[in-house]
Amino acid sequence: MSAVVSLDALLQQRRVWKGGADIAAAPAQPTGHAQLDAVLPGGGWPEAALSELLLAHPGSGELQLLWPTLARLTRARERVVLVAPPFIPFAPAWLQAGVDLRWLVLVQASEKEALWAAEQCLRSGSCAAVLCWPQRINDRGLRRLQLAAATGESLGFACRSLREADNPSPAALRLALDAWPRQVRVLKSRGAMPAARPLALG
Amino acid sequence: MRWACILLTRLALDGVQRGRDDADAPLVLVSGHVPRRLIRAVNAQARALGLRPGMSLTAAQTLVTDFAVAEYDEQQISHWQHFLAAWAYRYSSHVSLDYPHALLLEVESSLGLFGPWPRFEQRLREDLTGLGFQHRIVLAPNPAAARALTNVHDGLAVMDSLALREHIQRLPIQRSGLDAQSVATLSRMGLKQLGQILRLPRDTLARRFPAEVLAHLDRLLGVLPVALGSYQPADEFVARIEFNFEVDSHQALLFPIRRLLLDLQAFLAGRDCSVQRFELTLEHRDHEPTCLPIGLLSAERDAQQLFEVTRSRLEQLQLPEPVLAVRLRASDLPAFTPKPVSLLEERPPPVQPWDQLRERLRARLGDEAIHGLVAVADHRPECAWRRDTEGAGMPPAQLGKRPGWLLAEPEPLNELVPEILAGPERIESGWWDGADRRRDYYVVRTRDGRLAWVWQAVDGQGPWMLHGWFA
Repeated sequence: MSAVVSLDALLQQRRVWKGGADIAAAPAQPTGHAQLDAVLPGGGWPEAALSELLLAHPGSGELQLLWPTLARLTRARERVVLVAPPFIPFAPAWLQAGVDLRWLVLVQASEKEALWAAEQCLRSGSCAAVLCWPQRINDRGLRRLQLAAATGESLGFACRSLREADNPSPAALRLALDAWPRQVRVLKSRGAMPAARPLALG
Repeated sequence: MRWACILLTRLALDGVQRGRDDADAPLVLVSGHVPRRLIRAVNAQARALGLRPGMSLTAAQTLVTDFAVAEYDEQQISHWQHFLAAWAYRYSSHVSLDYPHALLLEVESSLGLFGPWPRFEQRLREDLTGLGFQHRIVLAPNPAAARALTNVHDGLAVMDSLALREHIQRLPIQRSGLDAQSVATLSRMGLKQLGQILRLPRDTLARRFPAEVLAHLDRLLGVLPVALGSYQPADEFVARIEFNFEVDSHQALLFPIRRLLLDLQAFLAGRDCSVQRFELTLEHRDHEPTCLPIGLLSAERDAQQLFEVTRSRLEQLQLPEPVLAVRLRASDLPAFTPKPVSLLEERPPPVQPWDQLRERLRARLGDEAIHGLVAVADHRPECAWRRDTEGAGMPPAQLGKRPGWLLAEPEPLNELVPEILAGPERIESGWWDGADRRRDYYVVRTRDGRLAWVWQAVDGQGPWMLHGWFA
């Protein structure tokens, strides 16, 4: 009993990982960092999915990584939402980075409500990117964020502690950021082998 | 104006029966106190066994043993009438409950949307049958005539006053809605149909009968206008089904819960709203009622979807005791937004527009929770930004390197000799508004490798204060 399965269909479902880097998808959501784009499948952030940024401490380079994307989205008049950021986004610096503040929205929420708010924003489909800083979140919570991002076709970014690197996560992309030297390590990227060596930022 | 009268012929019985899953069992409704309980209504199966309304329950029990008994509850009848009014409200903005066991709908203004009348009537009948209520429907130019004609007709549509007069003339006096005493007097006079009364001289009628008789005749013919109250839909949905036995399994709860959710759907459709959270209460004999709040991610009104969610929640529940009654209550009813379907657009439009999303976030997190950022032309970091409902600001022309994250309050840097990368940048401003700042700002690298924005008082004394992170 052998059903004939088209190879193309199998590859499209991404159930078979194909060696080599010939994923031909258009770079729809480039990160703005050429080196990083080169190693990510699809040439940028995974679309309609959750990406995790793992940091030793808040302030270890997450803005440097995200600013090009946020600037590109806000300039294209797409809404970016920060749900309960750990510090105040300093408006002059965000302007210097090219972010159009008219399309940036801050949501203040307690830790418990923040997850709900992030999920609602992702699911609504009216926000291009949603950033959140979940502290205590379990696998189920992450899965909900991932599903919400898929439903709303938004970019979800969750900044978490580097301690979570060993725990499995349903996020499509996991990046670890090192404060010094400023570099990014790809821990997991759906659809391709994670790049082995760290990439310098900026 | 055109009025449709929906006469609910078995309102009490249908109301009870729809909460039970044994539709074929004989059922009687009884009222009165224990020694003399009278049967008020019987269903077809009970009638076949020889039970009749008006019998005492004792007499019925000597005739037959195997039939179900339920209470004839005026309150329940009123509840169902209101429930059906909520349903009818989707078809007409003027629904009246002034006649007992009947709904009056002004339909002329709805015909453009649901008409023509035969199709409209078909829709009403389909809905009512689906909800499980037997009915008779008549359309007439005035509500009094519509109500009186349902006594003898079903499916009649009277379009003009000439036809109305004809139908009214043929109406038997007993079924015309006149009071019992006048009916008795008129029949003793040998009059059988309203037409015979209408041919009598008015002044003699006025002398022999109470004024109400003439007024009623005038109302039937549309000469005297009828003012009807208008039903106002309730702001919340509450419904309860009581069992006359103890239910101790989830499976047996599913049928009545599905009924409740179908009712909720009909109610929501009438009000054009949806539900995001509702509460199911299971009542027990001794134990505290079990409360099962059910929240959905997005507002819904499809009964099947609500049922799936409810069932999955119910299956996780441990029943502390058998259940006697189940109650559903939905008080938070957001407006219904149907999912838009586009023919051409490739990327689906947002499921929820931003304005709605913002409202929802504000409703839960507080009015101040959602805001934008505004950059202000001021050198002092504390004054260089503020919150506002909408974000704004142009990039500052000349400003040194600024950190992306700012601490709400500067705090002492937890390090003795930081590695200075840039600085000092002196910020000395605000002597005119009382918030005087005189600081030297540096960019330093902390031990863990992060880049920090720190300051020291201009005299070089005092601690290093952390004010931001170059993230």
